[in-house]
Amino acid sequence: MKPNQRYSLAALAQGALRNHQNWDRAWQSPPLKPQYDVVIIGGGGHGLATAYYLAKNHGIRKIAVLEKNWIGGGNSGRNTAIIRSNYLRQDSIRFFDKSVQLYETLSRELNYNIMFSQRSEVDILLTNTSMRNMRRRCFNMNLQGVDFKMLSADEVRQRIPVLAPMKECRLPILGGSVQSRAGIARHDAIVWGYARAASAYGVDIIQNVVITGIRRAENGEISGLNTDRGLIKTNKIATAAGGENSSVAEMAGIRLPLQTFNLQAFVSEPIKPVLDVVVNCPDLQVYLSHSDKGELVVGGITDAQQISFRRGGKLAVLDSTVAGLLELFPTFRRLKLMRQWGGALEFARDGSPIISLTPIKGFYVSAGWWGGFKAIPAGGLTLAHTIAKDEPHPLSACYRLNRFDTMNFLMESGTTVPIH
Amino acid sequence: MLLIRCPWCGLRSESEFHCNGEVRPIRPHSSSLTDQQSVQHTCDRLNFKGWIEEDWCHSKGCGEWFRLNRHTVTHEIDQD
Ligand SMILES: Cc1cc2nc3c(=O)[nH]c(=O)nc-3n(C[C@H](O)[C@H](O)[C@H](O)COP(=O)(O)OP(=O)(O)OC[C@H]3O[C@@H](n4cnc5c(N)ncnc54)[C@H](O)[C@@H]3O)c2cc1C
Ligand SMILES: [Zn+2]
Repeated sequence: MKPNQRYSLAALAQGALRNHQNWDRAWQSPPLKPQYDVVIIGGGGHGLATAYYLAKNHGIRKIAVLEKNWIGGGNSGRNTAIIRSNYLRQDSIRFFDKSVQLYETLSRELNYNIMFSQRSEVDILLTNTSMRNMRRRCFNMNLQGVDFKMLSADEVRQRIPVLAPMKECRLPILGGSVQSRAGIARHDAIVWGYARAASAYGVDIIQNVVITGIRRAENGEISGLNTDRGLIKTNKIATAAGGENSSVAEMAGIRLPLQTFNLQAFVSEPIKPVLDVVVNCPDLQVYLSHSDKGELVVGGITDAQQISFRRGGKLAVLDSTVAGLLELFPTFRRLKLMRQWGGALEFARDGSPIISLTPIKGFYVSAGWWGGFKAIPAGGLTLAHTIAKDEPHPLSACYRLNRFDTMNFLMESGTTVPIH
Repeated sequence: MLLIRCPWCGLRSESEFHCNGEVRPIRPHSSSLTDQQSVQHTCDRLNFKGWIEEDWCHSKGCGEWFRLNRHTVTHEIDQD
């Protein structure tokens, strides 16, 4: 295995002298081997981060990441890239804040610029219910020593001057809340950065491979998998298949408490800088940020209750998201929308993810990631620990699968919309 | 947008309807359930690509509940 070429200003300058013909491939895609120590199904952020931490922290080298399409083509390449840790319960706050902390040093660690911009997320609150919910979140966050604070209506307007003037508002702004370490990062860079760093440790990243079955030995333990490129022997398989963990688990012979819904987002044409924070409005069910390219990146709620793997977007949801956007920002009404897309998001019954061992020895799950872009570093770190040690990582023990058997639900919901 | 046929009102736009998800067996009385059965009832979902039977309500219309089959990838519906 060959160490990565270092990305730096000097390397860039050298490249300029050679017409940029000097760059190596960022990651290797060797042919599939017949046997691995660990096989990870799904080349999204979670799968690739897991491979990286397995190699780096646990010294496991024979790892394959099997991706049926191309890496980052799932939700990791379709999200609105918001990173925050303003969750409700102490276990979730700890886990997601660890993830924010890992993001803070990730560019340096991976030698890959992930463009993490901690520009703050400001929640605009229009009802007493939202004020109460956010204040509760605020108390819990502060108890964990994580930054989060309430804002007055005036402070909200100072942070976001482009908001509609008071006299034009249907619902007056009562106040707000802010996490100043929250922000956005470049989603592709997370995927490619982890892929490149994992590849340097010798992880095989295999794209366009179809998994046709998961094999179990007579004692029930995992023994391998069948693919369109032949049989692979392995005693450990982890599924990190984004919206499709149910079907992978079905191949192994277990059912997971998951449902997959569609979530959409869209972007406007590029405009000059108007917004330097991430804005979220739970009452109007809309959130947005201004990307480095100048586009407003806007998202709303899921197509509720309808199981969907279509990865599209319903017009009615687009319509109500735009209505909410224009209520807050009437000046955006003449902007053209350029692109709209969707992703198939998984929800566990209690709204929290699953990072866990399963009743099948050698089968591990990372699932239920409806807001899991922000969780990629911590998700990878803790799943790698779970796989290597065959026991949960202390940070993710709260996300074990058997919490459903004992009804130890960890109820969480989004900040844009509650999850039922 | 889907056009959905309400048994009373005929073909109407999807935005008038509420989808209550996959048809589930009626929950048995809790006294006859073990914890595990109860969890299974609330958590167990098939969550697959293909046709599923769902409960829908014409909530912004006449309020009628009915069932339909919908494909989870194409969103085609079949009401025959
Ligand atoms: C519109 C939208 C906005 C979002 N906004 C945010 C946000 O602002 N902040 C946030 O934190 N999260 C957000 N999310 C959620 C976030 O994108 C996901 O939770 C996260 O990307 C999940 O990563 P993953 O690696 O688990 O899944 P994915 O990135 O989906 O990766 C799974 C991979 O597995 C592959 N796969 C599936 N089945 C198989 C199979 N059988 N064999 C082989 N490979 C398979 C898929 O092709 C895919 O590449 C958003 C999602 C969407 C759709
Ligand atoms: Zn009707």
